[in-house]
Amino acid sequence: MTATQPIRVTVNGRRRDLDVAVHHTLLDVLRDDLALTGTKECCLVGECGACTVIVDGRTVDSCLVLAVEADGTEIITVEGLAVDGRLSPLQQAFLDTGAVQCGFCIPGQLLSGTALLAENPHPTIPEIQEGLAGNLCRCAGYQQITEAVLAAAEAAQAGPTEVER
Amino acid sequence: MHTFAYARPATLAEAVALLDAHGPDARLLAGGTDLVIRLRDGSARPSVVIDVKRIAELRPGIREDSGRFTISATTVMTDVVADERMRHHFPALVEAAAVVGSVQIRNRATLAGNVCNASPAADTAPPLLVYDATVVAEGLGGTRRIPLDEFFVRSGITTLGPGELVTAIELPVPGRRMGATHVRRTRRRGHDLASVTLCCAVDEAGVTRLAFGSVGPRPLLRVDETGVLADPAAPAEARTAILEAMLADASPSPRSMRAGPVYRLAMLRVLGTRALATAIERLAEGESRR
Repeated sequence: MTATQPIRVTVNGRRRDLDVAVHHTLLDVLRDDLALTGTKECCLVGECGACTVIVDGRTVDSCLVLAVEADGTEIITVEGLAVDGRLSPLQQAFLDTGAVQCGFCIPGQLLSGTALLAENPHPTIPEIQEGLAGNLCRCAGYQQITEAVLAAAEAAQAGPTEVER
Repeated sequence: MHTFAYARPATLAEAVALLDAHGPDARLLAGGTDLVIRLRDGSARPSVVIDVKRIAELRPGIREDSGRFTISATTVMTDVVADERMRHHFPALVEAAAVVGSVQIRNRATLAGNVCNASPAADTAPPLLVYDATVVAEGLGGTRRIPLDEFFVRSGITTLGPGELVTAIELPVPGRRMGATHVRRTRRRGHDLASVTLCCAVDEAGVTRLAFGSVGPRPLLRVDETGVLADPAAPAEARTAILEAMLADASPSPRSMRAGPVYRLAMLRVLGTRALATAIERLAEGESRR
């Protein structure tokens, strides 16, 4: 017998009423129940950050959160970063700097970067490295990823575009 | 992951009753950064998981009351690090909380969970020991206050009784001026478990408190009240001898994958010496700012 429980969450601005198995993680529910497969499954022990999403303004490893724990929260996944088909400034910066190599870690990197810039709009390089230390990139694109976050921060400072949504 | 029932008590009384009803078949869930891994790998197979995050009395927060800070059981590392009062009174605890896991982990992992998990490598354990923390536990028998040094037994094992849950960690505001620091050794910069984790504090009366972990089955606290260790002008041989005696009970496991015992013991001495110097420096800096 699998126990299920109703939860209500807001995912990328859309309210969702779901009946989730209590032993399923938020990652399972995002990918399998909501078909939001931008969030990646990888290490499943909270070391790689591929499953990073933002819950109530803070990044979490969704592989370590039971879906029932997320009841009542607001969740942002990588699918929620672009608005009306337009990439967020951080997403655009990732493309411009060549930060996206194989792409697998990028959703997590983008969410960690987005949360970092929301809290600290002008991070230093060490602050970016620390802020993204929970996201591993096995293509080793760390330099470009750091550059992308810096570029997005600078773009936000220079122009009216808003990075931290 | 195997199946289990999920309970989300709204009050402390409800949580205590659930714990009592299910006994060892229940596991408490706070941040889940350890428990969910164990649920998945099968090393924990509870029939019921009790989520403590919606318990009214345990809402996240740090309260100050008559010379004592009370950090509720659901308070996460990120909140400890961001709290100005913590930074002011317990800077070495903030240093330690700031290096636990990654941002994602610190956004979920609770201070109380770090203590309850009783990992010998828990980074917040040494500063909590140095700052004389007390664990507040609630059970059917009422409230119990357990000095942290009497809480740890060995990896994963504490003196928490059956049916008890930790509701808060208490920290007394230091009565004397202190200089303190937390240092650790990891295999790589960033997200890693400590091969040695250590905290040292020196106070204006010359008392040195040294606590260290990841070098034995539980974190250890040692106190020097002779004033010799805290005095940089004291003879080096005398200070080394005291430091050696304080570190003598370290017994790193030869089975750990992170670092061998010889390396850990060598690094323990290096970190102990460095942390002591930093603590003395910080105490002196505090003095000159007065």
